[in-house]
Amino acid sequence: MVRGFAILLLLQFLGEVISLQLHLPIPGNVIGMGLLLAALTAKIVRLEWIEDAAELLLSNFALFFIPAGVGVMVYFDLIRREWLPIGAALVFSTFAVMAVTGWTERWLEKRGGRDVE
Amino acid sequence: MLNELTNSPLFGIALTLGIYVLAQMLYRRIGSIFFNPVALSIAGIIVFLLLFRIPYENYATGGRFILFLLGPSVIALGAPLYSRRQEILCRKGPILLGVLAGALTSILSASGIAWLLGGSREVILSMAPKSTTTPIAIGIVEKIGGISPLTAAIVVLTGCLGAICGPEFCRLLGIREPAAMGLAVGTAAHGIGTARMLEVDRLGGAVAGLAIGLNGLITAFILPLLFVFFR
Repeated sequence: MVRGFAILLLLQFLGEVISLQLHLPIPGNVIGMGLLLAALTAKIVRLEWIEDAAELLLSNFALFFIPAGVGVMVYFDLIRREWLPIGAALVFSTFAVMAVTGWTERWLEKRGGRDVE
Repeated sequence: MLNELTNSPLFGIALTLGIYVLAQMLYRRIGSIFFNPVALSIAGIIVFLLLFRIPYENYATGGRFILFLLGPSVIALGAPLYSRRQEILCRKGPILLGVLAGALTSILSASGIAWLLGGSREVILSMAPKSTTTPIAIGIVEKIGGISPLTAAIVVLTGCLGAICGPEFCRLLGIREPAAMGLAVGTAAHGIGTARMLEVDRLGGAVAGLAIGLNGLITAFILPLLFVFFR
């Protein structure tokens, strides 16, 4: 378990270094996710080493967002001032993105599948 | 006295874990998607802080420790991506184009609707990256000139909405296949949506995690270009 956490944190740190040094708009943790994928594929890191730590973190993923969400209370006034454009854009756009993304994926996959068969 | 007690990390950590455990129990007992544990916990903690007049900064002293674990969790998403790589690689084209279509829809619909309803320039700009993950959204907004705290709030609200009704909305639209559903929920509702997808289906959760990264990449590159004309 400790070995797993050490590897995850090390890769996160490497991701942060790359993001800062190359002035990338991508945050270090997303780069770190790519690094872990690369390290697993290249067999530098074995899946068994990180499995326990990853499972513990991913089964509680939702918990870690709560403090960021509580931060909303600081901006109540800002949101109240323009609640209609903010609220309507937020709700409609979120549903539109899910529909467009899901349908695009399904449509392309079905089309591709037919070619293969 | 209250200030000294709540200013220690112990307070924020204990409150978050305590309310989260209660919210999960309630969610399991009632089983309604509207009792989403994340949304419920956020609301519960806000009410608690307001009720006892505890400043947000005191809560954040402990909250920071929990928020910190978000970093290694994002790295950990690489593990299910690796385990399910075959299923993901065989549909890499649909996945890439799906996220691209979703990213464009998000930017254009969010800023477009805010503009139509008379939102101020700052609000329109702050809405644009709403479907990307918090650190990416803030980076983008600082570049194009929105209000980054407002963006952070909008990003979290978007995530909660997607987590509460994303999988149900997808099923309603006939998007039942786990990879497609994960892609849709991850693209629209980033990490909070991914957390929900991980409960629904592991492959879906892995694809949702991939969608966070892809959507962030795509939005970070095209949004500043699109908004050059809006200055």
